[in-house]
Amino acid sequence: MKLVTAIIKPFKLEEVRSALTDLGLQGMTVTEVKGYGRQKGHTEIYRGAEYAVSFLPKVKIEVVVPSGVVDKAVEAIVRAARTGQIGDGKIFVSPIEHAVRVRTGETDDSAI
Amino acid sequence: MKLSTLRRIAAVVVAAFAIALIAAPAFAQAPATPPAPNKGDTAWMLTASALVLLMTVPGLALFYGGLVRTKNMLSMLMQVFYTVCIVCIIWVLYGYSMAFSEGASFNAFVGGFSKAFLAGITPDSNAETFTDGIVIPEYVYICFQMTFAAITPALIVGSMAERMKFSAIVLFIPLWVTFVYFPIAHMVWYWSGPSALVAAAKAVAAASGEEAKKAAEAALATVQANAGLAFQWGALDFAGGTVVHINSGIAGFMGALVVGKRVGFGREAMPPHSLTMTLVGAALLWVGWFGFNAGSALEANGTAALAMINTFVATAAAALSWMLAEQMFKGKPSLLGGASGAVAGLVAVTPASGFAGPMGAIVLGIVAGFVCMFFVSAIKNAFGYDDALDVFGVHCIGGIIGAIGTGILAAPFLGGTGVFDYTAGKVGDYDLAAQVIIQAKTVALTLVWSGVGSLVIFTILKAVVGLRLDTDQEREGLDLVDHGERAYNY
Repeated sequence: MKLVTAIIKPFKLEEVRSALTDLGLQGMTVTEVKGYGRQKGHTEIYRGAEYAVSFLPKVKIEVVVPSGVVDKAVEAIVRAARTGQIGDGKIFVSPIEHAVRVRTGETDDSAI
Repeated sequence: MKLSTLRRIAAVVVAAFAIALIAAPAFAQAPATPPAPNKGDTAWMLTASALVLLMTVPGLALFYGGLVRTKNMLSMLMQVFYTVCIVCIIWVLYGYSMAFSEGASFNAFVGGFSKAFLAGITPDSNAETFTDGIVIPEYVYICFQMTFAAITPALIVGSMAERMKFSAIVLFIPLWVTFVYFPIAHMVWYWSGPSALVAAAKAVAAASGEEAKKAAEAALATVQANAGLAFQWGALDFAGGTVVHINSGIAGFMGALVVGKRVGFGREAMPPHSLTMTLVGAALLWVGWFGFNAGSALEANGTAALAMINTFVATAAAALSWMLAEQMFKGKPSLLGGASGAVAGLVAVTPASGFAGPMGAIVLGIVAGFVCMFFVSAIKNAFGYDDALDVFGVHCIGGIIGAIGTGILAAPFLGGTGVFDYTAGKVGDYDLAAQVIIQAKTVALTLVWSGVGSLVIFTILKAVVGLRLDTDQEREGLDLVDHGERAYNY
């Protein structure tokens, strides 16, 4: 099992969701986050006051997938989330030791 | 007996004493039937009074509230709301009397207490308008002027937003209206009314013989002298450019200086928490301003209609010019800029609304949008004072542009109405240079009276009760510390 953490542009969330659903994946967790990478921030001007806003709004998707599907999942996210502009986001993959479904007590691959 | 009749007779009696007994018979001509209010005028003024309240709550409250950070939203709403409530009460206790009754030896500066607690006023009492023989019920006049007294100090609190503690605001507002607003309103707006002037002028025309003529002229001078200082100068302020906007703008500036900068000013980002609310507030201000400006005609007539169309076009022109200026100097036109421009245009057209022509009002709006935008960006940053919501930059500067601009745009050859001469019964000759000087003098009078008065009140309050919370409390936000609640719970 692998945890795929993808940080993407907020307006790409729906496309990524449907791409992952098409792979047969069920469920994901989504968080609204702020951060910056190479895109850095932008400037906001309110009358005479100028503020540099470093942290930009992004969406973080967390989805746990069977090890065999991880490459396809990453590829699907990349395809759906890419605009070609700076600030498209990043994907991290990390191992998961154990999973349990709360309702049934199922474990590992059958729990995700 | 109607009040206006009483007032007319009082003026006549004063005049008669002044000139001894010789010419007395010429003046003893009170009209047989006192004028009654017109229902259309009355209905309009009732509506206009409610519209001006709409400007303050919710208009100004939301406009200001949207501009502060989330943690101070309620404090902003509360300060404006409190101001309206306390001033309404003070107005009927003694404010109306101080502003709009005849004072004793200081009549040029402030009224007296003869109408304190609204003494002697009944549903049958009438107040004069700007036309001889046209009156409105005095109660509606009191209500209309009450809303002006309420919005003016409410404008000030924007300067000290996000840091002045509520208990200090609670004390500041009553002191400020008493020592600054009521006298300035009296100086600019108090006069004996058209009927006394017209009657005295007729007496001058009718007087035969040199002595009678002299006596009648002396009586006319007495009637003319029964007015506030700026009114005697001949200042033009249709709806309160000096009384409301310059007055509150300079007071806010003094407040920002005495209270000091917000914690973190210039180092931390303090962006507005909801420009949506700010636009809602600005739009409500615009709608309410029709009551403010068109209502200042005191009648439902062509002058009110002129004030209304000017309030449309000057506001639109100023909003566009502020946006254009931002596009030129900053690269992007902003909604906040548009809303600020609209308010600057409303402020600038206020004194001119019943005098300038619509094309003149557009020019006034364009100038106000450009200059105020330049002021709140470049000049404010250069001096570094923390006028949090730009009360000085928009209301004082916009008010000065409007006051001086009124002197120019009222000229008939520039499409203005000129100034009606009650003694001649027609629009008088217009001396543009002289009028601009009178306007400038009135601006200076307001700046000095309100500037010094406000500085003294703020300084005394700072010494006696303090104006600010602790740094930690300020960081936590005024909503929780002053009021024990939060604006948004989700």
